[in-house]
Amino acid sequence: MALGNIGLDLLGQARSLLSYAAEREDVGRTEDDLAFLRDERAFVNVQMVEHPNDDFAVTMARQLLFSTYQLGLYDRLQTSADETLAGVAAKAVKEVDYHRDHATKWVLRLGDGTEESHRRMQNGLDRMWPFVDELFAGDDLERALAGDGVAVDSAALRPEWDAYVDGVLSEATLERPTASWTGSGGRRGVHTEAFGYLLAEMQHLHRSHPGASW
Amino acid sequence: MVTLTLEHAYEVVAAVLDPEVPVLTIADLGVLRDVAFDDDGAVEVTITPTYSGCPAMDAIRTDIGRALTDGGFPAFRVRTVLSPAWTTDWMSDEGKRKLLAYGIAPPTRRTPEGGPVAVGLSVRCPQCGSPDTRETSRFGSTACKALWVCTSCKEPFDSFKAI
Ligand SMILES: [Zn+2]
Repeated sequence: MALGNIGLDLLGQARSLLSYAAEREDVGRTEDDLAFLRDERAFVNVQMVEHPNDDFAVTMARQLLFSTYQLGLYDRLQTSADETLAGVAAKAVKEVDYHRDHATKWVLRLGDGTEESHRRMQNGLDRMWPFVDELFAGDDLERALAGDGVAVDSAALRPEWDAYVDGVLSEATLERPTASWTGSGGRRGVHTEAFGYLLAEMQHLHRSHPGASW
Repeated sequence: MVTLTLEHAYEVVAAVLDPEVPVLTIADLGVLRDVAFDDDGAVEVTITPTYSGCPAMDAIRTDIGRALTDGGFPAFRVRTVLSPAWTTDWMSDEGKRKLLAYGIAPPTRRTPEGGPVAVGLSVRCPQCGSPDTRETSRFGSTACKALWVCTSCKEPFDSFKAI
């Protein structure tokens, strides 16, 4: 139920952002075209969010790491020079704050729980950790937009993220992992294997029945 | 005969019910932000979502359209704005009373005037009024509610999240 509600919030945020992207692009595409008709390489999301919900501890690790990043991002975007982005962020920041609180409680409960729950929570963190660096790897476009006060330089979010996540891990008696490899390229359209399955499920109906609505 | 005044348009729109909590009107909920006539005489309704992904918004838009058509306002437009972001502080006192009577604990006030932000205020059981309650799930049947249980009368209940 919690994940369904969180999913709904994220879907709503994505719709606001995609509608705005379509409006700014101004070539006649809509939010639906951007969501349902783009191919894999045209999506520029970080790889962490592609991971399927399998083991619950892995999912909670992803939720903690990602929502902490999102909270920092939306918090700063509230004062963006772009009024639409600022509006989306002011709405999203309250939702994401709640998501992070939920993930934090579970990480504490599982980490500082039984031997088995501790082992699985640590495993969840270990599996998600390789995708952390990519969250904070900005690019030239982002830095330029941040310079104009429109976007946020992702790298600047890291110290605050580290402080929060480290605090939760230490209270949960978990160890901060060291990644032996690092995922990258999501924002250039390079994705993990899991992403193709996600897109297939999301786009199948729309592509099979073009223009369908209900 | 009803005259098509702005006041009448407002009354028609304000009476539209929230499909998820059908005892609250969209005015009670604070979702209805404005009703005005545009330059061409069409009714322009401005609403704001409770949550970014609130699935009730589509139904609310449709219901506003139907209410205005039935009320004799054939020309209208429903505009959705995100800013300023909706807060439970916009829920009317009347709305809070209706929620409580419906069995849902109303949201606590987030920002008391002139005071610090209230956190961790106890939620009173909508059945017996006891403050001796606890949260069982941060998430409930809809985005706007959490699940609680009363330690006194043992009844589980929905609580409207304060955001
Ligand atoms: Zn009770």
